[in-house]
Amino acid sequence: MKRFLGFVKKEFLHIFRDIRTLIIIFGIPVAQILIFGFAVSNDIKDAGVAVLDLSKDEITRKLTDKITSSGFFKKTEDLVNYSDIDLAFKKGKTKAVFIFEKDFGSRLLKEGKATMNVITDASEPNVATLVTNYSMAIAGDFNRELSRNSLNGIALVQPEVKMFYNPALKSHFMFVPGVITLILILICALMTSVTITREKEFGTMEVLLVSPLKPIQIILGKVTPYFLLSIINVVLILVMSWLVFGLPVKGSIVLLMLESMLYILMSLSLGILISTVSKTMQQAIFISLIGLMLPTILLSGFIYPIENMPVIYQYVSSIIPPKYFITIIKNIMIKGTGILFVWKETLVILGMTILFIFISVKKFKIRLQ
Amino acid sequence: MQNAIEASGVSKKFGSTTALDDISFTVGESEVFGFIGPDGAGKTTLFRIITTLLIPDEGVVNVFGTNTVTGYRELRKNIGYMPGRFSLYQDLSVEENLNFYATVFGTTVKENYDLISDIYTHIEPFKKRLAGQLSGGMKQKLALSCALIHKPKLLVLDEPTTGVDAVSRSEFWDMLSKLRRHNITIIVSTPYMDEATRCDRVALIQAGKILVVDKPEIIQSGFSRKLFAVKSVMKHQLIGALRKYPETITAWPFGDSVHLTLRDNKIDQSLYSFLEREGISDTVIIETPAGIEDRFLELMNKPE
Repeated sequence: MKRFLGFVKKEFLHIFRDIRTLIIIFGIPVAQILIFGFAVSNDIKDAGVAVLDLSKDEITRKLTDKITSSGFFKKTEDLVNYSDIDLAFKKGKTKAVFIFEKDFGSRLLKEGKATMNVITDASEPNVATLVTNYSMAIAGDFNRELSRNSLNGIALVQPEVKMFYNPALKSHFMFVPGVITLILILICALMTSVTITREKEFGTMEVLLVSPLKPIQIILGKVTPYFLLSIINVVLILVMSWLVFGLPVKGSIVLLMLESMLYILMSLSLGILISTVSKTMQQAIFISLIGLMLPTILLSGFIYPIENMPVIYQYVSSIIPPKYFITIIKNIMIKGTGILFVWKETLVILGMTILFIFISVKKFKIRLQ
Repeated sequence: MQNAIEASGVSKKFGSTTALDDISFTVGESEVFGFIGPDGAGKTTLFRIITTLLIPDEGVVNVFGTNTVTGYRELRKNIGYMPGRFSLYQDLSVEENLNFYATVFGTTVKENYDLISDIYTHIEPFKKRLAGQLSGGMKQKLALSCALIHKPKLLVLDEPTTGVDAVSRSEFWDMLSKLRRHNITIIVSTPYMDEATRCDRVALIQAGKILVVDKPEIIQSGFSRKLFAVKSVMKHQLIGALRKYPETITAWPFGDSVHLTLRDNKIDQSLYSFLEREGISDTVIIETPAGIEDRFLELMNKPE
């Protein structure tokens, strides 16, 4: 036990002495959360819109207010006629123009319908789609209010789209679980494989092997510090996403932490496995980055939905561990479900962990070569 | 007296290269035993087999009567190993390195301090310094302290003096001599032939084979010819010229002179006139006693 603690202490010293390791462990999670949360956001916020109101009545004014007060749009300017539209787009700040036809209000009251045109700047297709969807939603909402207040009491039936779990379609709700998944596997697998191969490269492994330390002691000594730091990392990410994005954990925090620990364990054993097959640090880094980071980003359902992938990729996806953890963590964090809904995924990760540990201990060389 | 190491018929191949070819030798207890040989002779491979890190293809090595392959667990408690590259953690301080190795071997620095005190006092003033910032000589002393900290019965030092300045090299051998009284068997490899005289016995190893094993003075006395030291200002041309001389067997640079052996074991006028024709006129030739290096060179260049 004393030997083991001495080893763990040494590993902690390595970590805290090396600024690069610290950056990878604590800098990257913070950066990733912020980058994915803000920069790679699929939301629109304060998108510039111009209004061409050819009717200028009470209803169009109300509708304009509703649009610009939604938080999604911000009015850039009022246009006077159609020829201004092109110019407004060219200035660059305007992403969409709302046009109310002539006699909008009176037509709506008399004929029951009036036309609002939405013209979007499709040179940014993503934004254009979002703007269209959002303005449709706002218009629909407006219709509903209008019919509820109408004197004749006829309520127009509006197609109602209600989004569960993420009603505001906030994309960082989707990104945070993905980022946790990515970061844990990256730090655990990359750092453990690098730290073990570093001993091989610097020749210190030779001396460790010619010591009474058992392979399991070396492995556990290497892994323990990263296990503890990774748990701190999970807490850090959760607290940060709560403070910055207001993302709550709907389900049980205890369950979430337990599942995270299991996943950390799986990633660590994967890292040991990588170290047993790589001779140099470079090799270990290469395998971890190409072999783990890319599949996690592309195939785990982190960014691209698995259902939309070609069948062959779906099969590949089902053998990469992050896929299961993303499912678990999304369930717990966003839907608030309990272990009953994620036990299958949990078992898969548990099985993988046992398999990786088994192979690693078998493959860990008690000699050189 | 029990033998510390008994090796018989040890061979090891890496692919098609033969690193060790049917090697046998014994090392007595408390002996300082040297392996002398050029780079690539197989010294490191041999040491890795002795330290249980490699399995020989053929042959058996017993350390204190325990087989290195089957009894590796037992042996690893009793071996202190210092690999060719000083295996220190560069980002840990002197003190931290020593403490780490002490705990790994289940002991404390205090417990065995008397064993390393001679060595460690040299580097103790720098105990807070990171190992990566030490000079070669200090690294070597720290690595030796780390290898000794658990009081091993066998100390294995792979080229401990390579890359270390001459003064530190000499100091290092003094330290090894002092360790004798602690009843520790030491095997040490080196490419420097002059260090052979500091060992109790040496084995000359070349291309995976042991050419000779004996006490250094006995090896030295085996020199079979008369040896002449030839001096000239133009040393470089001198070697070339001497090697062209038909009576020459060997001509090796040695310090500021050239050591020469001749077929008829005597210097005559024809050599002087030969050298003069080659443009070297200031030669001084004297007969000189053969050193151990001369004997090694003779052995290493013996035709098969």
